[in-house]
Amino acid sequence: MSIRISNDPFFDRVGKGIENTFMRSAVSGAQDRLEGRKAASTAELGTWEDWRDHAEEIRQHTLDNLDFYLQQFAENAAAQGGHVFFAETKEEANEYIQSVIQRKEAKKVVKAKSMVTEEIGMNEAIRDIGCEVIESDLGEWILQLDDHDPPSHIVVPALHKNKEQIRETFREKRAYDKSSDPQELGRFAREQLRQDFLSADVGITGCNFAVAESGSVSLVTNEGNARMVTALPKTQISVMGMERIVPTWEELDVLVSMLCRSAVGQKLTSYVTGLTPSEAADEHAPEEFHIVIVDNGRSKILGTKYQSALQCIRCAACINVCPVYRHVGGHSYGSIYPGPIGAVLTPLLEGYENNKELPFASSLCAACTDACPVKIPLHELLIEHRKDIVEHEGGSGFGEKLAMQGFAYAASHPKIFQLGGKSAGPVVDKLGSKEGGGPGPMKLWTQIRTLPSQKGDRFRDWFEERERRNRRGNDS
Amino acid sequence: MNVSLFITCLADAVYPSSVGRSTVELLERLGCNVSFPKKQTCCGQPAFNSGFHKEAQTVARHMITTFEEEEWVVTPSGSCATMIHEYPKLFPEDDVWREKAEKLAAKTYELTQFIVDVLEIEDVGATFHGSVTYHSSCHMTRLLGVKEAPFRLLKHVSGLTLTELPYKEHCCGFGGTFSVKMMPISEQMVDEKVQHIEETGASCLVGSDLGCLMNIGGRIERTGKPVEVRHIAEILNSREETVS
Repeated sequence: MSIRISNDPFFDRVGKGIENTFMRSAVSGAQDRLEGRKAASTAELGTWEDWRDHAEEIRQHTLDNLDFYLQQFAENAAAQGGHVFFAETKEEANEYIQSVIQRKEAKKVVKAKSMVTEEIGMNEAIRDIGCEVIESDLGEWILQLDDHDPPSHIVVPALHKNKEQIRETFREKRAYDKSSDPQELGRFAREQLRQDFLSADVGITGCNFAVAESGSVSLVTNEGNARMVTALPKTQISVMGMERIVPTWEELDVLVSMLCRSAVGQKLTSYVTGLTPSEAADEHAPEEFHIVIVDNGRSKILGTKYQSALQCIRCAACINVCPVYRHVGGHSYGSIYPGPIGAVLTPLLEGYENNKELPFASSLCAACTDACPVKIPLHELLIEHRKDIVEHEGGSGFGEKLAMQGFAYAASHPKIFQLGGKSAGPVVDKLGSKEGGGPGPMKLWTQIRTLPSQKGDRFRDWFEERERRNRRGNDS
Repeated sequence: MNVSLFITCLADAVYPSSVGRSTVELLERLGCNVSFPKKQTCCGQPAFNSGFHKEAQTVARHMITTFEEEEWVVTPSGSCATMIHEYPKLFPEDDVWREKAEKLAAKTYELTQFIVDVLEIEDVGATFHGSVTYHSSCHMTRLLGVKEAPFRLLKHVSGLTLTELPYKEHCCGFGGTFSVKMMPISEQMVDEKVQHIEETGASCLVGSDLGCLMNIGGRIERTGKPVEVRHIAEILNSREETVS
């Protein structure tokens, strides 16, 4: 897998999503729970808007000085024995990771949840060299067992599955014979995974934030699996997107707070781990610590009107409030990054060719922009994409160019505008309530809704008539 | 107070005159002189949101000129008011037009916002007998930042029972051209909205944006639900003897 999870056309994916009523009830239930928890945990702070301003400032400052902080981070990590590798492309990242695994003659890798490793298709690259990769995050493990079903959410990857479906997967793949009680399912997964932790040669994690001042990697988790991944195998690799950095532990504190509250409505998750490379012999620490910093298109976003998209801390708050995501689910986006941030980020990282519909898959309701803890103007960035698609990519594919030019001409020439309004009236009166009635976009509208009928009762006429009456009244 | 009405294209060319009429009569009753510059057209949002910014700019110039001399501009739509507030962004490198756009934005208000914030009136003396629920439209709530004004006004309407709409700030699925470009998704969104409206048991849905009301109302009518749909101006302009 890489950033693209499906080659089906956009509307086929959406159709499948809409038909999947199991998934939709799981998604809307999860959205309501997560959003409710977030609302409670942010209200409790009392000054959430100040926190958002502060977090935005930290992210903007870091991105404006990214080269400085990346260098500081890399130097500090290397000075303590860490191996830092800058990968410009996903291929470079995967080749480096493969080379570490081959040098260690590793047969098994155990990994914690990481979106960037999905983005670069790391698991396939590792399997290609004959090494096994085990996902240890519960959600990811379920998906891996289920024939590598792609994640549909960036924090809760198996959000689209309910507990019955999970029991079925466990039964089919691992001869599970107990109930669909979440505790029992969780216990079973832990037992199964324990052996993998003990026998893995290499542990791989993502990175929520890298701290420049100390050369550390920090991980924010709830299940404790990331601690096992980073404590047991002798070789450790952390893969991070190049924007995932904070200057000092002080900023880390703020952003971790924002992340936990925004993602799952917790003050703090069960584990917040800080990992710093160390040359001192310690039986509880890995012998080798590699940090792979992935560009994969990010540096091209820096300095553009889309730079704020790199402020993202991957909390999924925008996804949890998105009404489009609610009805179509994550897989409809065709990308490992779904929802509003996915619709912004995917075309930036992968280009428009396969993703032209994504920026239009939003009603621009701005719930995402309102929810974002680091104040990315998500709906505005979607409009920017639309603008670029219209101006530089040969149009949206919805055949609206002539219509929009005509609209602009009419809406700047009042007489023509009024004539248009008047002549449309009878068409709407006649066909507005008929299923699929009317031409072009009106046909799509009337397939599912009626149109209001004016029947010649126009406000403009009423107002003019009233003015005439008033003038006559004044004259007499 | 001299108020210039921006009627919006939906209230002008699509809906019968009642919404515009109610807006004018209501503002006049509250002591305003209402004018209606006939040259006005559309705010340009369909082009802006679809990515046609040159086209949106052409429309914006026309609207800026149309309302240049007016004291206050009031519109019965949170979404169209929001669009006018976006005009300055259309002229990033043109100081003259950006300044004109900023002037227009500063004097443009959505109807309920104008009544509550500028006229400082909450009881408009209306009577409407019925159980009502209110849909908070997205642009008005989140972008224009007008959340409370409609509720404050509705609270003082005599005879009106207001039941809170569950998920009242969830988008109804209109989104301008989204409603046709992404019709299958829009359909699911409006169906959930209609379901929540039905759950309130209210006999009348009220909103401050005809775009949303056209979408929700059109779906309600197509699916034959027994719910009436009204613009807030019509409710606030209702009197004991004349339920318009």
